[in-house]
Amino acid sequence: MELGTGHHESDASARLGWWLISCLAITVLLTLGSLLIGTSSIETSLGWLLSPDAQSSVVLWQIRLPRSVGAWFAGALLGLAGAIAQGVFRNPLAEPYLLGTASGAALGVTISLIAADASMTGLAWASRLGVTGAAFIGACGATLLTISLSRGVLQTAGLLLAGVVVAFLLGALTQLLLLAKPEIWRSMQTFLFGSTGFISWSSASLLGAVFCLCVVPAILLSRGLDALTLGEDTAQSLGLSLPMLRLTLLGVVSLATATAVGQVGVVGFVGLVAPHLVRETLSVNHRQLLIGAPLCGGALLQAADLASRWVIRPAELPVGAVTACVGGTYLVLLLWRRSRDG
Amino acid sequence: MGDAEPYIEPTPALACRDLAVGYGTRIVLEGISLDIWQGRWTAVVGPNGCGKSTLLRALAGLASPRAGTISLQGRRLSAWSRRERARRLGWLAQTSAATDLTATEVVALGRFAHSGWLAHRQADDDAAMHRAMLATGSLAWAERRLSTLSGGERQRVHLARVLAVEAPVLLLDEPTTHLDPPHQEDVARLLREQAHRRGVSVVSAIHDLSLALTADRLIVLGHRGVIGHGTVRDALAGDWLSAAFETPVHVVDHQGVHLWRPALEPLGRD
Repeated sequence: MELGTGHHESDASARLGWWLISCLAITVLLTLGSLLIGTSSIETSLGWLLSPDAQSSVVLWQIRLPRSVGAWFAGALLGLAGAIAQGVFRNPLAEPYLLGTASGAALGVTISLIAADASMTGLAWASRLGVTGAAFIGACGATLLTISLSRGVLQTAGLLLAGVVVAFLLGALTQLLLLAKPEIWRSMQTFLFGSTGFISWSSASLLGAVFCLCVVPAILLSRGLDALTLGEDTAQSLGLSLPMLRLTLLGVVSLATATAVGQVGVVGFVGLVAPHLVRETLSVNHRQLLIGAPLCGGALLQAADLASRWVIRPAELPVGAVTACVGGTYLVLLLWRRSRDG
Repeated sequence: MGDAEPYIEPTPALACRDLAVGYGTRIVLEGISLDIWQGRWTAVVGPNGCGKSTLLRALAGLASPRAGTISLQGRRLSAWSRRERARRLGWLAQTSAATDLTATEVVALGRFAHSGWLAHRQADDDAAMHRAMLATGSLAWAERRLSTLSGGERQRVHLARVLAVEAPVLLLDEPTTHLDPPHQEDVARLLREQAHRRGVSVVSAIHDLSLALTADRLIVLGHRGVIGHGTVRDALAGDWLSAAFETPVHVVDHQGVHLWRPALEPLGRD
């Protein structure tokens, strides 16, 4: 029949196609840019790229490239998690950290730093775990705490509230620990602001693997998120299992966020802004959104990473500060446009 | 009215016995026993807050009953698998969500119980969607986003989504809200057609009494439970409406059409 095969739908898919291609092109450009920009001047970097020697290829291929690739995957994970969270909670302001992930990660890192400071066994454990491992465990623990506080995943309002409670609680605990041990504050700071500076090939490939693991179930369940936009009753009446959908998708959000936080720290706004950027530029259902938001989030964090190296070079800004500035500005612009149009 | 036409012998498509439903500590409905006849359009009327929506939600399996049983086509509602049930029960909520999906995408969700998570739309899905959108007059907005449609247009898209399920039982909570009177009549005609031509059992809460009186059967709910369940003639003969609303409800017969007449007299001056 003429439904769905009309030129409107092919228009829409052509637009999606162009959108994806331009997103990927931007990513390629940013990757190239990130090879050229660093503590050395661009001319030097260009020279390294054209006539590589042993030392310069280490800088280019073992430091700059994994950093850029890892930043892309971390941003993609946050974009994906944000898009899913906004769908599951049916709230455009939902973001990846709303289950208490960020505060849990911060607490995990604080405890590991204190343990490393306190005793030799603690140091051995902390160094084996690393900052990333401690952050990941803290993030997972906080998520589980949130879910158990709200007694399951069925009540979204209860879940949001529990997330706020857990964030405050763990935040307070972190502050208390920092009061007792003020000397770890400086190492904490790097983490709290978010940083792409520590990404090696191993962490980039970990981020990439988790991204592949997360994006597949999310896209498979995208029709469920579409149905959920019609309301919970209607979604259930269509034959959808809400508990299964919520549990799976929140699992994906938790894994994606915990992994990203573990590798790059608490990078704000990417998960919130990326889905909005996709929605603003593309009329989308959730399948398209869940493809678009990671691409957008990846490019965003890559760009932020590049900017963090460029603005006050040869020194670096914390990447989290860059995303907060850019993301915050974008949201204010969005707000202004909405109130003008409305 | 319509019950003079020759139907197939009615058997209950949906039935409940001693049903009690509530939220939290509040019991909204208690001791409800009803048979929903096959191939009939049944309108549920009653005052605000008497539990019309709750009854429909319970019958749709969306509110779990405190007591009593519900059976769909002779089998306990809870015994059906989720997808099987969704293929047999179409549900329209009272509020029509304004989503960013296009009308076609929304109507396609009505085929979820048939096609599942992964399957692409088949020819029969497309055909069902086309029929449903044609019947509700929503084909013109097929590629429009729901958030850009008016309340009434949106309501018709949601109605198309319910029809696209092609379920033998339809439970509709206020299908005529947001619609102007001519379109309300269109929906009433559509529901009657679904019942009489296709043997669908339609249950709908209707606010407009005159419109509700065009249905085949009435379930009249009061604050203390079911006042009566029967044909429109039964309802009028027993003055169920006055009992339900706890105030005199006047219905006049205008050339065979039952109309609700407000007791408030017109002003009589300009």
